[in-house]
Amino acid sequence: MSFFGITRTTLTKDVRLEWRSKDAINAMLFFSLLVVVIFSFSFDPTAEESRRIAGGLVWVAFLFAAIVALNQTWARELRNQVLDAYRVSPAPANALFLAKAFGNFIFVTVLEALMTPLFIVFYKLRALGPTWELLPIAALGTWALVVNGTFFAAISLRTRSREIMLPLLLFPISIPALLGMVNATTAILTGEGSARFWIALLVAYDVVFTIACLLLFETVLEAE
Amino acid sequence: MKRGFSILAIVTALLLSFALYEALIAAPTERTMGDVQRIFYYHVPSAWTAFLLFLINFVASVVFLIRRDTKADILALVTAEVGVVFCTVVMATGPIWARPVWGIWWTWDLRLTLTLVLWLIYVSYLVLRRFSTSSKTPVLAAVLAIFGALDVPLVYFSIWFFRTQHPSPVIGGGGSLDPRMAHVLLINWAAFLCLASLVCWTRFRLEVLEREVEEAQALESLLEGSR
Amino acid sequence: MNYLYAAYVATWVIHGTYLAILVRKYSKIRQEMESLKK
Repeated sequence: MSFFGITRTTLTKDVRLEWRSKDAINAMLFFSLLVVVIFSFSFDPTAEESRRIAGGLVWVAFLFAAIVALNQTWARELRNQVLDAYRVSPAPANALFLAKAFGNFIFVTVLEALMTPLFIVFYKLRALGPTWELLPIAALGTWALVVNGTFFAAISLRTRSREIMLPLLLFPISIPALLGMVNATTAILTGEGSARFWIALLVAYDVVFTIACLLLFETVLEAE
Repeated sequence: MKRGFSILAIVTALLLSFALYEALIAAPTERTMGDVQRIFYYHVPSAWTAFLLFLINFVASVVFLIRRDTKADILALVTAEVGVVFCTVVMATGPIWARPVWGIWWTWDLRLTLTLVLWLIYVSYLVLRRFSTSSKTPVLAAVLAIFGALDVPLVYFSIWFFRTQHPSPVIGGGGSLDPRMAHVLLINWAAFLCLASLVCWTRFRLEVLEREVEEAQALESLLEGSR
Repeated sequence: MNYLYAAYVATWVIHGTYLAILVRKYSKIRQEMESLKK
């Protein structure tokens, strides 16, 4: 089976499994709603101020949601000893990684799509800059979190306190991407300054780390 | 080996004392900041030493992944630990300097912020090494080190641009340096490099011993179990 | 001026703490080596 064939099959299988066991999805949807509400209670600014800080708030909320999604990335594989099977099969490990990363990307994007209207409502948000630019920012930013998150979730598999190890490893490395996401979003919302540099930074970050993950995933899989 | 170590130890002690004298007494007093500026002679060389140690960590990690040579792995571990120590010094001296000069404890100074992020990355590296239960921890750690190293230029540029949008005080003053001050700076750097080498050497030997003892203990419990 | 000395003292406290940790680990490993030889 071709590389992309394997990726697609694994991805479809994951999506179908998640869709069938709606518990996990429902729990995370509710979690996302809770996060937005809690943030709204904690930070209740005027419309003018909210535009300045909403960029940061929104991405921190997305980060929480991403961590929750990422933590269970390999849970199913671990339960059923799938990883051992992958290690002995001739299938390229990268296909598995890409499938997992895409799956996480779709999942986190769905959560973001649900949280965004809530944020707009609670914070009375209205972008003063080019709104369409928020889409590539969201996509690039989410991929930055998801690609490294999926990778570090695999590294964290054999560690004590696995759930804490993932954010512990992910956050420091993600700092440039976070700066990019937050500042780009703030630039669009406030209409001050251009998001151009931050978008370029996000592109560079995504390219560098996607390549690094693809090159090194096999090594990590072997090391488990 | 033992003699080289003793020689290095003596050289280090001498250099550090001399460098201290130069920094506190011989170096000229800075015009605007006064004597507080002398913190510079400890702050900057510590940062350079930390960055150099992390660079060695990166190279050692790559070598380990290619050759699976244990010595490379130990070198990576050692330079990460000592690098974190020097980073901590940078982050302690930075705010202590910023406070009397600028009135604030923290500024998004490029060097200080970069050091903070590096500190976070390498502390997470050390945590992974300690918490990992895999038998191939060195491999995982080496991979993480490579990710950290790849991140550094991205961190640098993101902070650099962030600073152009949110200007804040630069610790250590930009601009040209009085040649006498540069002289003192380099002496202190040489002294700290010797200290770093000495401490790394010590830690390296300790790690080798610890691993040998661990192996011996495992072997012993294995033999006892079969009796 | 206090800040200057505070910075220098802090530097050596940090280095000293790490070295003390190393010394403690060394004595522990010496002990373990002794008990292994028996």
